[in-house]
Amino acid sequence: MLRTTIRGIVGAGIPGGRQAAISSVEEVAMEILEEGQGELVGWHDPDEHRQWVAENKSRRLVDKRMSAAEAVSRFVRDGAFVASGGFGHVRVSMAVIYEIIRQRRRHLVMAGKTGVHDADLLIAAGCVDRIEVAYAFGHELRGLSPASRRAVQTGQCRVVAEITNAGYQWRFLAGMMGLPFIPSRNMLGTDTLKHSSAKVVRDPYSGRPICLIPAAYPDVAIIHVHRCDPYGNAQVDGIAVEDFELARSARRLILSTEEIIDNEQVRARPWRTFIPFYVVDAVVEARGGAHPCQMPYHYYFDEDHLREWLRVSRTPEGTAAYFERYVYGVPDFAAYLELMGGAGRLAELKRVELEGQGDD
Amino acid sequence: MTDGGRGYTGAELLACVAARMLEDGRSVFVGTGLPMVASMLAQHTHAPNLLLIFEAGGVGPQMIALPVSVGDSRTYHRGMAASSMHDVMSAAQAGYVDYGFLGAAQIDAHGNINTSVIGPHHAPRARLPGSGGANDLGSFCHRTIIVMRQDAARFVNKVDFVTTPGYLDGPGARERAGLPAGSGPYRVITQLGLYDFEEETKRLRLIALHPGVTAAEAQRNSQFELLVAGHVSETEPPTREELRILREVIDPTGSVLGK
Repeated sequence: MLRTTIRGIVGAGIPGGRQAAISSVEEVAMEILEEGQGELVGWHDPDEHRQWVAENKSRRLVDKRMSAAEAVSRFVRDGAFVASGGFGHVRVSMAVIYEIIRQRRRHLVMAGKTGVHDADLLIAAGCVDRIEVAYAFGHELRGLSPASRRAVQTGQCRVVAEITNAGYQWRFLAGMMGLPFIPSRNMLGTDTLKHSSAKVVRDPYSGRPICLIPAAYPDVAIIHVHRCDPYGNAQVDGIAVEDFELARSARRLILSTEEIIDNEQVRARPWRTFIPFYVVDAVVEARGGAHPCQMPYHYYFDEDHLREWLRVSRTPEGTAAYFERYVYGVPDFAAYLELMGGAGRLAELKRVELEGQGDD
Repeated sequence: MTDGGRGYTGAELLACVAARMLEDGRSVFVGTGLPMVASMLAQHTHAPNLLLIFEAGGVGPQMIALPVSVGDSRTYHRGMAASSMHDVMSAAQAGYVDYGFLGAAQIDAHGNINTSVIGPHHAPRARLPGSGGANDLGSFCHRTIIVMRQDAARFVNKVDFVTTPGYLDGPGARERAGLPAGSGPYRVITQLGLYDFEEETKRLRLIALHPGVTAAEAQRNSQFELLVAGHVSETEPPTREELRILREVIDPTGSVLGK
């Protein structure tokens, strides 16, 4: 298997002179104790990825501001492996998620890292038909997702692999490090491992079985941030979740942001840069862009709207009507926000957010 | 869960039983719902220096409002750190986290847990959310506490899918699989009673019953045979002070305890 993979890359145009290295790799292969049967999605050979980065990721300072419509049409292709940032209903780029639905992308493969509202909507809208699942089909305390569970139980969406929350973010960690895998001590002994794309080997140091989690390089990642400059130098307030790793492992990265700041503000406090410009491909200004999800210190979850979604998505008709009203029926995210009550509604949600911080 | 004239609900009792297990000066990985309520209750009573850690990166908060998600900004209100999943999961893997709190749809006699799927994986009768952080907590934390509803469809001979490792097929199995030594399920709390894992067999063992519940009733609500400790105690009902904190301070709107 190693030989096939490496030969494939030589064929793809990596300079030769590696034959000696190939045979030595085979000779020292670690003992594989178990292999998960899940589909390996989003993996690339590290040398192939380096080459792709060298050829496709610009290090120039370029103004990357564009509309969500342009970002999606340029960087989200049918069939792409897509990862969405934030956590559950927290700091999710709904502005871009709605735009993917509006442009009717199809056959996307979703990283169900903690795929809650983003995954539920994309599956329900027919954009995603395969998903690797750490956590999906549920809205935490609010209950299970009627629409995406229906899609899985009828076979319309297929679970191609299982993994865990730590496992998924370590897929991105291995990706950002340019490695083929990262070792870990979770999943061992379980059906989660059997249905994952991980392998268990004997650790050459301790002699114990250890799980190898494969790197993930999403074709495109979508992350909502508090502020960034036109080049994509981004700042986030509150927890990072796994967006530090995700931003750096994705091949294409669309940022949506509450606010565009001047590059001088970045340079004045460079330690605040959470995502550096050279991994960013698009900057989409979207105030309120996480609604109905939470944006830390800006606005709380819009529980009324989430409740409405969970109610109407109980039937296919209700689901279709929802997308008609809130996505296809409006030209863009700003028009959607106006339907929601616009700036007034965001101000109410900000008050709830700050109450929870004791700052009202 | 109903009151039954006792002056407290089943959910309130579970929260108290779970909270009392958490020692001051220890760390706990907290999940959504009842684990959050129990951890906050422990902080407000005997364990003011209990270190709360949330999987999305919230570390050491002093929460004034009950979060609705483990990623909610309330999970790091007046916190020690607003960090990342890599940071806190690594801390757990490296041994910094004492307790992990989990829920379960199904559990077997060795404490293996299913939260992934009911029926075959390729053609599920019911698709559930999957591991989330459960497998990670159940693999890494020194002591895992499981809070769940008990009936014969949930305490099963064989779980449909082992999402999170308990003691797998018995003593020594976790270590043989490569999981961190000495980790594993510590207690199971249900609406009927409290269980530990018997040392020789690593099987679920009844150690306490809630007021008014019999051992026979607990057994009727399990497919597998429950081991029973030599002395089965009765859990202490919630105190007036615990109830006041739960109802007035932690969950005044009943968002968790009212369910």
